Amino acid sequence: MAEVLIKKEAGAFSFGKEEKKLLTDPLNDNNPITVQILGVCSALAVTTLVSKAIVMGIAVTAVTAFSNLFTSMLRNYIPKSIRMIVQLVIIAFLVTVVELALKAVNYPIWKDLSVFIGLIITNCIVMGRLEAYAMANKPWKSFLDGIGNGVGYSIILIIVAAIRELFGKGSLLDFKIIGPTSEYLLNTTSSAWLSWYTPNNLLVLSPAAMFIVAIIIWIQRSKNTKLVDIS
Amino acid sequence: MGDIINIFIKSAFIENLALSYFLGMCSFLAVSKSVKTALGLGIAVIFVNGLTIPLNWLLDHYLLNDFFGQDLTFLRFIIFISTIAALVQLVEMVVEKFSPSLYNSLGIFLPLITVNCAILGASLFMITKEYDFAQSVSFGLGGGFGWALAIVAIAGIREKMSYSQIPPALRGLGMAFFLTGLMGMAFMGLMGIDPAAFK
Repeated sequence: MAEVLIKKEAGAFSFGKEEKKLLTDPLNDNNPITVQILGVCSALAVTTLVSKAIVMGIAVTAVTAFSNLFTSMLRNYIPKSIRMIVQLVIIAFLVTVVELALKAVNYPIWKDLSVFIGLIITNCIVMGRLEAYAMANKPWKSFLDGIGNGVGYSIILIIVAAIRELFGKGSLLDFKIIGPTSEYLLNTTSSAWLSWYTPNNLLVLSPAAMFIVAIIIWIQRSKNTKLVDIS
Repeated sequence: MGDIINIFIKSAFIENLALSYFLGMCSFLAVSKSVKTALGLGIAVIFVNGLTIPLNWLLDHYLLNDFFGQDLTFLRFIIFISTIAALVQLVEMVVEKFSPSLYNSLGIFLPLITVNCAILGASLFMITKEYDFAQSVSFGLGGGFGWALAIVAIAGIREKMSYSQIPPALRGLGMAFFLTGLMGMAFMGLMGIDPAAFK
């Protein structure tokens, strides 16, 4: 009896193993910041507070995902000579929308982030994924790739911001935990053990973010040995 | 005249784009493996920065702020990045015609400058600091010079580091991050200096 090999046709919005890989690879094996060296600029200045890091992560994820989507939809119609300008216009349009939306929803954080929302345009992750993936792949997969890379970027950002804010200011998400202004100190009597900590001001300065990312890379490459000497 | 030199010194050393604001880090970390390529990229950045910032100033001042009575400043990002992309293309063509040897040594780095955070970041800083035209020229050249200085310095250090014994997991990128952080701390020693005090 002849055995017929039936290959399941991939639908337009299928979610199989390949698609799952697009979402999980950038979290560890192909992380934009620690492996691909993309998106490092804004990762350092916005990680002083966890709230800023979360907002930046959401913004970059949205911009990467949708610019991947639009560029992938247009990929067969863009002439090669003006490729970069078309990509930049798509990205600039999306970043303008995101910035105006942020200004409307949460004005204090917009004021804080100021220049760095605009710098998402030149954020290497957006351009890098456009060139490396969206120009050669279908829209749905490009969209997922954008989300995966955005989330991978956000994870590193939130880890760095959590360390910097907790040990540099003594709070997390504006909720003061350790240090002289600890909220626990005000509410209970036996929490003197939390107030001995003097916030380390070095962590509030930007070079500290560099050291923290270096240590993250160190830990990641020790656990994941196939990444050693890769860059 | 005095404050133009002050702005040059301030943007090159005290508010260095690469080591105080950590802009342009992607190419800073990726290209700094050898001094020769770092120097090529640095010179290209000085060119592009020195040309785009005055041009963006002109566009912002005469076009965006008061377009027949309309305030078009929300178009800043699109206009700035298009200017930068167009100018990089133009600089590439001019360099190719007038100095083919320089063009060959710069290679792929010239088009790559379009997406360098430092260029767009410097333009946006110029807006927030509200410089006038002459000051923006000085700011552009100073910023580019400072970035070039930083990348050549770290390339020199990384070349020497390749002879050191570093743990395998820290080799390459991890060490580059540590070095950049240490250089950033060193440049913080310059913070707070007021160039006007040296008149």
